[in-house]
Amino acid sequence: MADGASNDAFVEFERVQKSYDGETLVVKDLNLSMPKGEFLTMLGPSGSGKTTCLMMLAGFETATHGDIRLGGISINNIPPHKRGIGMVFQNYALFPHMTIAENLAFPLEVRKLGKAEREEKVKRALDMVEMGDFGGRRPAQLSGGQQQRVALARALVFEPELVLMDEPLGALDKQLREKMQFEITYLAHQLGITTVYVTHDQTEALTMSDRVAVFDDGRIQQLAPPDQLYESPENSFVAQFIGENNTLEGVVKEIKGDTCVIELDDGEVIDAVPVNVTKVGERTRVSIRPERVEYNRERLHEDAHTLKAEVLEFIYMGDIFRTRLRVAGNSDFIIKTRNAPDQVRLKPGQQIEIGWLAEDCRALDA
Amino acid sequence: MSDTTDGLVLAADGRPLKQSLRRALLRQKIRALMLIAPLLLFVVVTFIVPILSMLFRSVENDIVPVTLPGVVTELAEWDSSTGEPPSEEVFRNLYIDLFKASEAKQHTRLGTRLNYEQTGLSSLFRTTGRSLDDIGEEWQDPLEDIDANFKDGAFWFEMMSGSDGDTFLEQRRDLLAEMIGESMAGDVGFVPSEQVAKMLPWTSRAYADFAIWTAIADNDVVAEEDPWEAVYGALGMDLTSPDTISAIGSYSGPGAEALQAAVANLDHLPQDGFREAFAAENGDWVSPDVWATIKLYSPSVTPGYFLNAIDMELTPDGIEQKPENEQIYTQLFIRTLIMALIITASCIVLGYPVAWLLANLPMRTSSILMILVLLPFWTSLLVRTSAWKVLLQQQGVINEILVWLGFVNDADRLILMNNATGTVIAMTHILLPFMVLPLYSVMKTVPPSYLRAAKSLGATNWTAFWRVYFPQSVPGIGAGSILVFILAIGYYITPEIVGGTSGVFISNRIAYHISSSLNWGLAAALGTILLIVVLGLYWCYDRIVGIDNVKLGG
Repeated sequence: MADGASNDAFVEFERVQKSYDGETLVVKDLNLSMPKGEFLTMLGPSGSGKTTCLMMLAGFETATHGDIRLGGISINNIPPHKRGIGMVFQNYALFPHMTIAENLAFPLEVRKLGKAEREEKVKRALDMVEMGDFGGRRPAQLSGGQQQRVALARALVFEPELVLMDEPLGALDKQLREKMQFEITYLAHQLGITTVYVTHDQTEALTMSDRVAVFDDGRIQQLAPPDQLYESPENSFVAQFIGENNTLEGVVKEIKGDTCVIELDDGEVIDAVPVNVTKVGERTRVSIRPERVEYNRERLHEDAHTLKAEVLEFIYMGDIFRTRLRVAGNSDFIIKTRNAPDQVRLKPGQQIEIGWLAEDCRALDA
Repeated sequence: MSDTTDGLVLAADGRPLKQSLRRALLRQKIRALMLIAPLLLFVVVTFIVPILSMLFRSVENDIVPVTLPGVVTELAEWDSSTGEPPSEEVFRNLYIDLFKASEAKQHTRLGTRLNYEQTGLSSLFRTTGRSLDDIGEEWQDPLEDIDANFKDGAFWFEMMSGSDGDTFLEQRRDLLAEMIGESMAGDVGFVPSEQVAKMLPWTSRAYADFAIWTAIADNDVVAEEDPWEAVYGALGMDLTSPDTISAIGSYSGPGAEALQAAVANLDHLPQDGFREAFAAENGDWVSPDVWATIKLYSPSVTPGYFLNAIDMELTPDGIEQKPENEQIYTQLFIRTLIMALIITASCIVLGYPVAWLLANLPMRTSSILMILVLLPFWTSLLVRTSAWKVLLQQQGVINEILVWLGFVNDADRLILMNNATGTVIAMTHILLPFMVLPLYSVMKTVPPSYLRAAKSLGATNWTAFWRVYFPQSVPGIGAGSILVFILAIGYYITPEIVGGTSGVFISNRIAYHISSSLNWGLAAALGTILLIVVLGLYWCYDRIVGIDNVKLGG
């Protein structure tokens, strides 16, 4: 998973464990290494340990075991205010009794910068997030999106090398969220800041990050660039968690090199890529992305395995069609097709045959 | 739906929209009003009315003009700066008014009232009240010697009765009713004669008073009772007037013979007036100072109580500062304010960390702590204060421990009680929950992420607290301070028990005047000043801190 001791590592977690009550581990043996300038997202359901990791990095929680290093120096015993890490909080945490400009000047003031320099930096930071005219207002007078920008500017104004963001876009509506996703990524790359971003929204993780760490049960399940994560999930948790996914259960019948044959529970046989199945007779979960399923016979390979399917529901979504099928006893099998002129619109009750490329079908752990 | 004509927005039915809206809201308003009506009524009856009554009582001075109506009217012409006692006329009125008052047992109340302004007046009125009969007898005895008919109640009744005197009787009845505060309604069984009333003005007044009192208050038949000694005295007053003497000469009604006999034997009657008679009873009655006081306090509204409450007094020469050794209230007000401020400050210092712990500890621990904070509320105030007495006294727990530990010599144990220290310690303890609770509820609303944010931005723990957390808890401090300060400034049980003489508050004086000295007017004036001071401070607070900056929670 993580390449523990690479030389250009800027942020490193080494065998980090965390327990609150002394009985259960919230973070189990975490190893992670980030080069400078990377945008890394910690993605996972709530309670997976991702926020705890962020808090340990920020210094608000102490690791029960293990070492956290920043630029090669262990920061376990450095108090949060000396770590020089910028942080954006979920609820922005803008100080309500200060104006926007005062909020931004706060980190500079505690660093004892001169007044002129302070004003200069505050102005630059506000301009950077296009909030230059709002310096005199109070946080309560701003909209959610504006507060978000200010929070970002405040985390960046003292020019930290590492910025942590804890679900910063959670409170925004969809459109604004998409706009901010783009702006944050742009700023982070522009300024060359190393960013650790925590979210439970996979779209956010996929669109923004250089690499995504999928957390579950206190462990990193997979650490990979977005495309790799989506297209080649390493286990069924990641496959389920990232994007939409169809699963069929069965037993491994045959493994030959990088393909294998799976016998589904209803007796049908399909081809798949063996990811973490090792021997014949093992139970497995096969994962196929909805958009990789094809029902137009002409577009399938001649030797492709096909399955019988019954159309249960057809949903028109504008750019795509979403069809729910019953396949091999699974009545939640979804396929997505592009709304192209020649595309067939399926009707409920229709019997069709579906198929896919063997490399799109991944046999994962049961 | 709406339409616009002449700039007026119209509703669907063509009425102006504003009118429609008002009508729609009216029912809601009425319903809301009816919901609060019971409470409103309760508040008006139990809160606003008593306060208004207190305000009124602090300036009210009806007792002087009501008890001595004749004297007050007559005294208006007397100039106190001459150094002479007032005229015979005033003393005659004094006799008539005072006799009536002493029958109704009102003269001691008046004495008590005037005693607040000049010591000695209470006993003057009390002793004189006892010897009013003696003064009357100086005339009664010779008159009865001149004509034995004067001994007879029925003779007097016949002589004074007649017709057309109803208005006069009602006047006297109203005066009497005002004095004792009851209606005195009922059948007197006596109608004064207008002719006699003109001929014997003093006698008629005294007899009318006697008749009303006998019939209504004593429930007796007027004709069967011997008249008051005052009636004889009043006849003596009338017999000094030449008009009366000539009128008696031509009078032929009932009792004409007796009256004419009295006129013929004027030299048997005392030759001195009532001034001399009062002077003989008590020399103070001819002291201009006494009369100056009575005159100053004869209006029915007086600033006297208020002046008293700020160590001033009303003198014939105007308003003056009281002599140094009689000044207590200003000092007491200042001490009350300073001590209330000290108590408030101690409550902030002690309560802030507790509130912080309450707001930041895990639920289970903070609930236990909260119970500890609230525990004092479950104990009687008296028990708590008495417990402090046990702790603070010189042979008490604290001193014993200090001596045992060797911090304090046995000879000079700390005096922690019966002084201001005791009051501050005990009251800080008692009022602490009122500081902790609002602070807690405000702190509970400050998310911990602010402190984290401040630290992540590079602030040390102290800077983060002082620059970020503290400013957000200020509304709680404000609310707690107002609560504690206002409660402290009006407290009296605790200072009474542990305060000794140097640790008492103005409220202790108010309580004293209400329950011991019964000077309710002064108590009301002190209370009113206290109310004004509190409102004034509240106003200052609003100007400086801003009242919208006060939060009791959420």
